[in-house]
Amino acid sequence: MRQPKIIVVGGGLAGLMATIRVAEAGVPVDLFSIVPVKRSHSVCAQGGINAAKNQKGEGDTIWKHFDDTIYGGDFLANQPLVKRMCEAAPGIIDLLDRMGVMFNRTSEGLLDYRRFGGTLYHRTAFAGATTGQQLLYALDEQVRRHEAEDRVKKYEGQTFLSAVIDEGGVCRGICAMDLRSMEVKTYSADAVIFCTGGIGAIFGRSTNSVVCTGSAQSALLQQGVDYANGEFIQVHPTAIPGEDKLRLMSESARGEGGRVWVPKNPSDARPARSIPEGERFYFLEEWYPKYGNLVPRDIATRAIHRIVYQEKLGIRGQAAVYLDVTHIPKEVLDRKLEGILEIYEKFLGVDPREEPMKVFPAMHYTMGGIWVNAEDQATNVPGIYAAGECEYQYHGANRLGANSLVSCIFGGGLAGPAAVKYARNLASGCEAVGSNVYESERKRQEEKNLALISPDGTENPMTIWRELGEVMTEHVTVTRINKDLQVADAKIRELQERNGRINLSDRTRWSNQTLNFARELDNMLVLARVVTLGALQRNESRGAHYKPDFPERDDANWLKTTRAKWLNGEIQLSYEPVDISLIPPRARRYDATK
Amino acid sequence: MPDTKEVLVRVKRQVSPKGTPYWEEFALPWRPAMNVIICLRDIAETPVTRDGTKTTPISYDSNCLEEVCGSCAMLINGQARMACSALVDKLEQPIRLEPFSKFPVVRDLAVDRQFMFDSLKRVKGWIPIDGTYDLGEGPRMAPETQEKAYPLSRCISCGSCLEVCPQVNDNNQFMGAAIISQVRLFNMHPTGAMHAKERIAALMEPGGIQECANVQNCVKACPKDIPLTESLAEMNRQAWKQALVGWLIG
Repeated sequence: MRQPKIIVVGGGLAGLMATIRVAEAGVPVDLFSIVPVKRSHSVCAQGGINAAKNQKGEGDTIWKHFDDTIYGGDFLANQPLVKRMCEAAPGIIDLLDRMGVMFNRTSEGLLDYRRFGGTLYHRTAFAGATTGQQLLYALDEQVRRHEAEDRVKKYEGQTFLSAVIDEGGVCRGICAMDLRSMEVKTYSADAVIFCTGGIGAIFGRSTNSVVCTGSAQSALLQQGVDYANGEFIQVHPTAIPGEDKLRLMSESARGEGGRVWVPKNPSDARPARSIPEGERFYFLEEWYPKYGNLVPRDIATRAIHRIVYQEKLGIRGQAAVYLDVTHIPKEVLDRKLEGILEIYEKFLGVDPREEPMKVFPAMHYTMGGIWVNAEDQATNVPGIYAAGECEYQYHGANRLGANSLVSCIFGGGLAGPAAVKYARNLASGCEAVGSNVYESERKRQEEKNLALISPDGTENPMTIWRELGEVMTEHVTVTRINKDLQVADAKIRELQERNGRINLSDRTRWSNQTLNFARELDNMLVLARVVTLGALQRNESRGAHYKPDFPERDDANWLKTTRAKWLNGEIQLSYEPVDISLIPPRARRYDATK
Repeated sequence: MPDTKEVLVRVKRQVSPKGTPYWEEFALPWRPAMNVIICLRDIAETPVTRDGTKTTPISYDSNCLEEVCGSCAMLINGQARMACSALVDKLEQPIRLEPFSKFPVVRDLAVDRQFMFDSLKRVKGWIPIDGTYDLGEGPRMAPETQEKAYPLSRCISCGSCLEVCPQVNDNNQFMGAAIISQVRLFNMHPTGAMHAKERIAALMEPGGIQECANVQNCVKACPKDIPLTESLAEMNRQAWKQALVGWLIG
């Protein structure tokens, strides 16, 4: 039997899990990543990972986890695979525990669980407030072991440019650029698994890391890989504003008892702690008595926007509300939340154990992503698989907190063996593909570099990016109005046109970060249009997608997955039914019992 | 200096690994809550030096911008620090930015820290699980053990502890405190402990724990407050014990 070859692009949680599973199957893996994989964005996940282990005797079940996820996602997710994920979740926690993740423990030495948004159960296992970091490291260590035993070869410092697709429309490898030598090369494979993460950069500032540009997803779209539900963007309710980044303040702060409030009198000039209880407005607790501060993120975000923009109750007129943990004993804070409190303290110079934090919503996560099938993470292009945040499968119209880590590991764990199976069943492998297929793709990418480096433009990519971020944040995040979305789309098209006249301030051929960024920006603009057009078309409100002109969910017309295709150089949207075979849709309300 | 209208930044630049270093100075408009990353982005948007000469944007590593990925470590006013959490208002100006000196420069402020990842491989820095298939729950652990281990597991491989260590130099291949502290972490885990010996053996090879001269710069430089000197002492004890037992048994 011939030995297949698999490539994994992206070394976050999903990519590492896929890599481990492929290596375990005895198939060699080439793992590509922009950054050393240990520095991937998964490190930023803070609060925890969900699994219905029912370790607090509350009667939690897999079905309840499944129901919370579907209900939280406003019934837009295809249900059977979500159910499988919830079934797999307890085993995933066990696996991570065996890998050495330093989860917090109970006095009996068992894993401790905290409560998170959108559920009434303690279902979230956690390692302090740096759970993503701990999980990523555990998988990174396992991959390093496979690397030491020659089953995995890492290509760190390489960025994906395009897939190599043969005349029959089958993926046969990738084209990548070395970020030091700037050399463009192709790499053959029988199957490629994409785990390229989030798209925060198209919103300029977000809670995402620098590498989360969505460039790979966009490049794939432009090669015929469909993209689904792009308009569903999660804006996290609590982040610390910053000029370079909006730093996440995890939901776990509320899971551990943190409370969100504003002074009843917005011009109250007293220090937060000396404002008496009676003069504080705990608006989440008042508006959503059952879930209180732990309503899902879309609900909390809209509530904060309402407080600031409609009720004009932002702290001293600013776009900010208090996230208060000062009433929680310091010992508990240090044991369970130190990682995030330290971020606040370091970046603002204020101790959140002593003073309530000032927070505001920030773009955080894309529920939409590469279209994959309902069985095994395969895309519509043979040989291409996707897992993790870059695909759309698990979260519907809104993701529940602490479900992202579980979906990354589950999806990656599914994609690995699926890619191996596909590769083993291929009638003829990548070695039989003519070298011209690879060479023509390499040339196409090389020519893009040459065009960018030629010195006749006037536009600066950083400026275009800033403008893109501004228009996306203003019109395509929390509140969406059709005429504003049209303005946004026109602006993006203008930016695309200007981006054709770019002038790189760096034309060298060694470690040219400007050149790489310009290439990413080109792809970001396309993806920004997918998000905007999807939002424009969808005339309803569902989960994170909120249109005041269409305030209700409209199942008759819009219980559908948006599917973006690339046809003749244009984005075309089509719609397909959602698999609701297990839980019939019902109204989603967090202000009353569901 | 919060009311300065300009931020002065001096950057030590180098076009390639073999290039000769040179300095450039930039004057940037001050805004509240600036950090060093924001300065570098300002320069990328307007790559003009203080004296009006056009130049190239500065190469540097960054990713998470919240001090958890370990990318943006550099020398800031001579100190090993993360650029994202280095707030301009707390820095003396002109702010001097230099690449780490203990790692090969790639370009400008970007350096190659592959040595650290290779060292993690050398010391077998992992828990050797049988496989990812379902084998039930992991070993129970006292909360006390977890509370001791968790701070060690927050190491971001930034390399600050190597940068400030006089024992990391051209004449020796000392792996540095971060790696040794990771070995302590794996040896603390109930499953990891079953393989403690081979990790300790790796620590006793050239570049291992015997190179530590107990200068204790590492613990002061660590951005994550990892008790590195405690880890060094503990691993030193484990190494001596293993050496002694080996010697007694022959």
